[in-house]
Amino acid sequence: MKEKPDVLQGTLALMVLKTLDVMGPQHGWGIARRIEQISGDLLAVNQGTLYPLLLKLEHEGSIASEWGASENNRRARFYRLTGAGRKQLRTETRGWEQTAAIIARFFNVKAEDLP
Amino acid sequence: MRFLRRFLIRLLNFATRQSADERLQEEIAEHLAFQTEENLRAGMSPTEARRQAAIKLGAAEAIREYHHAEQSLPFFENLLFDLRYAVRMLLRSPGFSFIAIATMALGVGATTAIYSVIDATLLHPLPYPNPAELVRVEDDLPGVGAHGVGVSVPEWRDLENSGIFQSVSITGTGANVNLTGGAQPLRLSFKQVTPNYFAVLGVDAQFGRTFDADDATPGYNLEVVISDGLWRREFGADPHILGKALRLDNDAYRVVGVMPRGFRDQGSTSEERNTELWLGAGFAGLPFDPPQRGLRLRTRAVIARLKPGLSIAAAQGHLDGLAASLKKQFPADYPPQTEWTIRMIPLSETVVGSVRQSLILLFGAVGLVLLISCVNVANLLLAKASVRGREIAVRQALGAQRTRLIRQFLAESLLLFLLGGIAGIAILLGTGHFLLRLVPESLPHLNNISINWGVLAFALAVSVAAGTVFGLAPAWLMSRFDLIGTLRQEGRGSSGSRERSRARQILVIGELALSLVLMVAAGLLLRSFWDLFKVQPGFNPDRVMAIQTWLPGPNDPSKDIYRSATQESVLLREILRRSRTLPGVQEAAVGDRTALPLGHSHPSPLPLIREGIETMDNQAPVIASPIVSPEYFRLLGMPLLRGRLFSDQDLEDTPQVAVINQAAARTYWPNQDPLGKRVRLRLDARELFSSAEPRWTTIVGVIADARTESLADGAIPQIYRSVYQHPAKSVAIFLRGQLDPGAISAQMREQVQSVDPELPVFRAETLDDVLASSLSVRRFSMEMVAFFAATALLLAGLGIYGTISYVVHEQTREIAIRLALGAQRGNILKMVLRRGLGLGASGAGLGVAGALIVSHLMAGLLYGVSPNDLSTFAGVTVVLTSVALAASYIPALRAMRLDPITTLHSE
Repeated sequence: MKEKPDVLQGTLALMVLKTLDVMGPQHGWGIARRIEQISGDLLAVNQGTLYPLLLKLEHEGSIASEWGASENNRRARFYRLTGAGRKQLRTETRGWEQTAAIIARFFNVKAEDLP
Repeated sequence: MRFLRRFLIRLLNFATRQSADERLQEEIAEHLAFQTEENLRAGMSPTEARRQAAIKLGAAEAIREYHHAEQSLPFFENLLFDLRYAVRMLLRSPGFSFIAIATMALGVGATTAIYSVIDATLLHPLPYPNPAELVRVEDDLPGVGAHGVGVSVPEWRDLENSGIFQSVSITGTGANVNLTGGAQPLRLSFKQVTPNYFAVLGVDAQFGRTFDADDATPGYNLEVVISDGLWRREFGADPHILGKALRLDNDAYRVVGVMPRGFRDQGSTSEERNTELWLGAGFAGLPFDPPQRGLRLRTRAVIARLKPGLSIAAAQGHLDGLAASLKKQFPADYPPQTEWTIRMIPLSETVVGSVRQSLILLFGAVGLVLLISCVNVANLLLAKASVRGREIAVRQALGAQRTRLIRQFLAESLLLFLLGGIAGIAILLGTGHFLLRLVPESLPHLNNISINWGVLAFALAVSVAAGTVFGLAPAWLMSRFDLIGTLRQEGRGSSGSRERSRARQILVIGELALSLVLMVAAGLLLRSFWDLFKVQPGFNPDRVMAIQTWLPGPNDPSKDIYRSATQESVLLREILRRSRTLPGVQEAAVGDRTALPLGHSHPSPLPLIREGIETMDNQAPVIASPIVSPEYFRLLGMPLLRGRLFSDQDLEDTPQVAVINQAAARTYWPNQDPLGKRVRLRLDARELFSSAEPRWTTIVGVIADARTESLADGAIPQIYRSVYQHPAKSVAIFLRGQLDPGAISAQMREQVQSVDPELPVFRAETLDDVLASSLSVRRFSMEMVAFFAATALLLAGLGIYGTISYVVHEQTREIAIRLALGAQRGNILKMVLRRGLGLGASGAGLGVAGALIVSHLMAGLLYGVSPNDLSTFAGVTVVLTSVALAASYIPALRAMRLDPITTLHSE
């Protein structure tokens, strides 16, 4: 089993952070389902990859976790965004938007536009 | 920041072995429950819902692995695991481990030992701050072949004002002085230095002070700084020593400071480096000559500190400019034909320059030994691989990754090399005291030779580097097992093993070649040493002892009771008369320090002004000029060739006469008869003041050349004068006969002090010892290289033995079949020996090529033997080949005696 490429790892982390930002504290499956709903097939193959990533983000201090009870009173581990994570999300979002804008501009260029 | 936090948490988890596995398991269970629930809601059957949930999650074990890797530091975990495994493997074959570790201990230990010597000499030659700024400045007169003629006081002032230096000092080069007033008169080594001397070196007193750098006293300032050693030895570490008066050569000096404990003076001779007294002097007033450009301070050195950031080359450029402008300004003082120049040498060079080549050679030699030990261990590792073939194949079959295997083998070899290195250091630390005694006293080092942190770091770095380089190749080859072949044939004759066997042969050839290089180097050094040892020195040191004394020279010449040759001759004749009465003495003579063959510390040649050729000191070539008593030549067996020797009738008031050696005759009077020629030597300052017009000295005799200056140089010009015409402060008494070296010193002291109780008697030594110690650095490097060469040969022999044994072991089956089919046992023996001979021949061939390069690089260290010396090369090649043959003979014998039936049955 190969590790996912770095870009995808990076984007996945960003997706996790954004999900937690929008939805508030969530357990692993909740995050996975949310990402799946939004991104379609991207994570359909192995939701499990999420857990090492969550641990990494926790080690980095972007998220924190604790045991809690889910909506149907199951014991589940809830992840929430920390202050540092929120800041990281902001800077990374900005970075992504810039990159996306640049790439988009390149894609929009047509031959006749060039001087 | 985030990365660091993550790393620290993982490190903590690794250290505390905190696992997040349980938490993950629980989370995954929850995850599956959530997903199954949703699948059920979507209308799946319970079984299908669980199955789909599991599929969606992905491979749980892989996730666990990744999760674990994130939780901890897998690299360190694996390393720890590998190390634990490596320790177990080493313990499992203790014989192999011991040999490998011992080999590496030898290699690393020897290398570290030599490195510690180099560290204290070449790497840290000067124990002073900013040593790169320190230089020695020398005046040369290349036009008349005179070098290091000394600076004059006006030139010193020019240097001070040149803007090139922070400070320029003049210093003596180590001389004797008598300390009287104690129980026994004591001869001490002292230096006269300008008051800024310690400021130039950048060292301050441990208490008290050094001289005031701005002190402008023209003569002696009557202040003395003493060494820590003298303070402890002679004054019992008296805390009130400051201000005390010391009577030195009958003048009273006030102690102003004590130098720090580890302080050693700079200098090229061990006497100079062991200076114990420093006297402040301006060199410009009595008892020194008045400052004049033409009056050079011959036995003094100029030590200066360059302005910060100025390179030697740039400073030399400025100096050349200074010399050019001075020549224009004072044409009379700098005659053009002498081509006066000022030369700058890094001070470190004057301390260790003479032994640099020897030490580099030693380091090279020990480096080769290290290389050979590494090759040997690599060879052993490869041999072990063939035994472990099955284990490796099984592990590969079970899915072990190749990189993982390599890493593991590397951990094993690294552990071996490191243990070897540590063992080597431990042995070195244990035997260091003994080993230090092997280092000759004459090896210049101002720092103590010790195993310091730098040396330890070096040893560890060497072990790790060697372990990586020489562990990697075997690891790589070991991991390249032909899986199927090995498992099927149980490691016999697979392609991987053929590759390993080729690698081993290459290693052995390398080992043999390297040891041949070392043996050639050792052989050439041995030949040089032997030739020097056996060289006819031109004098007979047999049964001769020299004992020294020193006549005080007070600052006020009128107080000197041995001022004139006539006054001194009374003393000397009485000493000679009394020494002849000592038991065993057959002959006695005296001479000054320069008359001591090979023993004098610093030759101080004088300008030789030939009548009708030169008119001034600064135009003249310089010549060594010992002062001797008439019996000297006969006592040392130096034959007269022409004219006459000194007689007892050559006195102060009779015409001055001199005897020269052949080399002087050849050099200064080529194709002429030197007898009757008149010369004038730069005279003692006191004589200069006593008689305005120096008298001419007539050459009355020519003696055969003797190697009294250097055993390696047979023809150094010398001019001898009689001690009854020229007083000398340093007096060596030469005695020939059946002497008791243990008693002679006390006997002589009694006799000398019964004439003058103020005279010290010191350094009784046999000329044989003087001769031997003049060769001590050579002997040291020769013995070391020889020892390394022997070690290399032993290791190479073991290497070839191991390889041939392995070849035989691999071919057991083949040999057994051959025997069974009727092969002659002698042929089997020949077949195996041929393998060994082949390896030996290839190694020798490669080695001869390498040795030719090395022997030319070390040509400067050789004496009387050419770097391509055929007999050395041939002899060494024969030795190496015989060792190769002998080492192959044992396995060959084993192959020959193979019993085909049992062998084939057991297969």
